[in-house]
Amino acid sequence: MTENTYTKEMLEPQRSEPVEEPSPEIKLSRRTFVQMLGTGLLITVTQGVSLGQRARGRSGQSITVAARLHINQDGTITVMTGKVEEGQGPRAQLTQAAAEELRVAVDQIRLVMSDTALVPDDGITAGSRTTPSTVPAVRRGAATARELLTRLAAEQWQVDSSALNVRNGTIRNRTTRQTITYADLAKSKDVAEAFKQSIPSDVTLTPVNQWKALGVSVPRPNSRDIVTGAHHYPSDIVRPNMLYGKILRPPSYGATLTSIDLSKAEAMKDVVVVRDGQFIGCAAPSSFRAAQALEVIAKTASWKTVPHPSSKEIFSYLKKHARTGGRSRPRTSGSIDKGLADASKVLSETYEVAYIQHTPMEPRAAIAEWKDGKLTVWVGIDWPQRAQRDLARTFQIPAERVRAIVPDMGGGFGGKHSGEAAEEAARLAKAAGRPVAVHWTRAEEFTWAYFRPAAVIECKGGLDANGSLIAWDFTNINAGGAAIDTPYNIANTRILSASSDSPLRQGAYRCLAATANNFARESFMDELAAAAGADPLAFRLAHLDNPRIRTVLEAAARHFDWPTRRKKVTADIGVGLACGTEKNSVVAACVEVGIDRKQGEIKVHQVCETFECGPIQNPANLVSQVQGCIIMGLGAALREEMQFEDGKILNAGFAGYLVPRFKDVPKIDVHLINKTDIPSAGGGETPIIAIAPAIANAVFAATGIRIRSMPMRSALLKQL
Amino acid sequence: MDATITLNVNGKERTIITDPERPLLDVLREDLHLTGAKYGCGEGRCGTCTVLMDGRKTLSCVTPVARADKKTITTIEGLADGDSLHPVQQAFLDEGAIQCGYCTPGMILSAVALLKNNPQPTDEQITEWMNGNICRCNGYTKILNAIRRAAAQIAEVKIP
Repeated sequence: MTENTYTKEMLEPQRSEPVEEPSPEIKLSRRTFVQMLGTGLLITVTQGVSLGQRARGRSGQSITVAARLHINQDGTITVMTGKVEEGQGPRAQLTQAAAEELRVAVDQIRLVMSDTALVPDDGITAGSRTTPSTVPAVRRGAATARELLTRLAAEQWQVDSSALNVRNGTIRNRTTRQTITYADLAKSKDVAEAFKQSIPSDVTLTPVNQWKALGVSVPRPNSRDIVTGAHHYPSDIVRPNMLYGKILRPPSYGATLTSIDLSKAEAMKDVVVVRDGQFIGCAAPSSFRAAQALEVIAKTASWKTVPHPSSKEIFSYLKKHARTGGRSRPRTSGSIDKGLADASKVLSETYEVAYIQHTPMEPRAAIAEWKDGKLTVWVGIDWPQRAQRDLARTFQIPAERVRAIVPDMGGGFGGKHSGEAAEEAARLAKAAGRPVAVHWTRAEEFTWAYFRPAAVIECKGGLDANGSLIAWDFTNINAGGAAIDTPYNIANTRILSASSDSPLRQGAYRCLAATANNFARESFMDELAAAAGADPLAFRLAHLDNPRIRTVLEAAARHFDWPTRRKKVTADIGVGLACGTEKNSVVAACVEVGIDRKQGEIKVHQVCETFECGPIQNPANLVSQVQGCIIMGLGAALREEMQFEDGKILNAGFAGYLVPRFKDVPKIDVHLINKTDIPSAGGGETPIIAIAPAIANAVFAATGIRIRSMPMRSALLKQL
Repeated sequence: MDATITLNVNGKERTIITDPERPLLDVLREDLHLTGAKYGCGEGRCGTCTVLMDGRKTLSCVTPVARADKKTITTIEGLADGDSLHPVQQAFLDEGAIQCGYCTPGMILSAVALLKNNPQPTDEQITEWMNGNICRCNGYTKILNAIRRAAAQIAEVKIP
């Protein structure tokens, strides 16, 4: 493994959150790119429309209308975006966004995604940013196009634009009933000229109460290709004459190669062996043959290993290496010392969250092809332009000589911000002189991808004589600051996100640290409620002003029938609730759990969750996201945990790392609130944060045992 | 030593000369370019590689190709009847039971095998049968709905 395979930002969770940093301007060479788009449309991109213009799609920077969309002569419209489809629904949502503002049916839109040669850079697909950033960007582009087309029609007819309206891609003069279609207009040179203008930031967008394409359930446009197997994921791409590559991995983290004999593998028929410093890989006409060659190579390797902390000692290790001083400054209000001193009851507890893995069903995969000094990769990554930049840097070629394409891929959940397989495939392909595909094995994904950070969270809370919360001291070591602030009214607070030395490579995950912070906060709120002798719902509401959180919390409690269910708690059946906010959306969950005392197991019977993220753009997809978050959240709450020792992952497979399966699925009630007076926020992450604490609180309600770790099962086993 | 393997894949006779130890999954994907069956774990623990072998649910990643010799294989590419989707495929579309979709071919073929043996499964039977198929987007709820819907449809129109 070479040093530059892992970028520094992947090692730091704070920095691996979507950072929309400006990229160096990409200049187009004198070459002319001829590109096939949509339904046989031929677009010629010349120097006039520079890739530099295309690259500036992020951070509200302006791109031209032409960089965003193209009206095809058959009446369809090709829309271009740098966002990646990995299952969370941007393909449908961005299609709807364009259709809405263009006043056309969604099936008239052809969305081209995540190909650096064709699309603007819309930033990384992460952080729930597609809904608040890219949807508006696409809508602005589409609205501008509609206005320009309307203006052209008005000029042709010599009337004022206000006399015209647009429906189904047809512009109509309300008085004369004269009509012209986008497709007809697209034949004129005026459109090409008009589309060279930048998309203004202040173009008027369709108000929510007039939405037709947005706000309704639109299925993923390429669904049929998914159910027939016609869609090609990154690991499905086949190029003529290609080979399958395998990479030699160290036996443990930090191990370095001291000696190796490649001669035997080199002598194998049809096998290409590549060495570049610590990087050793091989390629062969089948992955089976490549794996055989790799085995031959691995047998000859000697390694120098280094000490590495184990998962058994991880929490004391993180605490010992915590950096609580220096740049890690707490946020404070009032005086925490005074608050704790004034309190009549003080609770102090520590919560622990294990490292977990995203385990997308499709492990990292890429195929690389060199032609005339230019590199094309098909790769599973959340940001094609990052792959382009990283590869250009690695191979010391200008970025315009690298094209990165991300076919709709098989899951990510924050775990595919890096494109290691693309670099590995490109190295092998360069040496082999043929296209090479590198498909990571599940064990490789479990070991050499990055992890959601482990955390130690220290909480101190003080209650006054009336049972009101007056002091809140909260320190998260290592996981990060997402959703670390408390939404509750507390006069004296001290809140700190402290970094540490993570022994595992860590990075983003669905909602990142918000899950850890919400787990600790919402569990600890429950502990404080119990200490105050209060109902967990009443205790929260007594300290909560945020109207959006109040609304979802009260709604979840109502749908779940909290007061009645709470009274029915037994030693074997518990109920719990939790709420929270992150990424401008709010969530609350009530759960019922059953305790199997013999097996020492927690069985989640029911989850009733209420979620609100502003105006809902695609209800069916939002339901899928909330359901997915709930079940994914169960895994991390109950069972998922990386075990490691001596720099080796001990459970790098589905036998030892237990993700939720059909049998784990509880009764799920999802209640969405469509709040139309604020902008839409993303919905693919925040619904995950209420699950773990609601379960822990339900277990406490039944058993009186407080579990302060994620995952919970092993802790419960020890205590019962 | 390479062996000659004869397969009937999606109605076509295919002859492959290859190492008999290679997984059926690799042969389907790399030699026949039928990439609908996916690699998910290589250990038969996730179901993304599911195909039908003589009509039975088979984990192709742990099936040496030699074991498939002279057998009939159905992959997701061969499930539809021309443009007409199999009821299970249609049910997945109708329920929107797709997120990233990488597990979908395996889910569909598992469900097809289930409904062939047991056209009217209970929820418990569906859950038991499908438990080997992992969906990491965790779209289980809608997948269950899709299988229920397909079962109802098959009962209605008596499609085999």
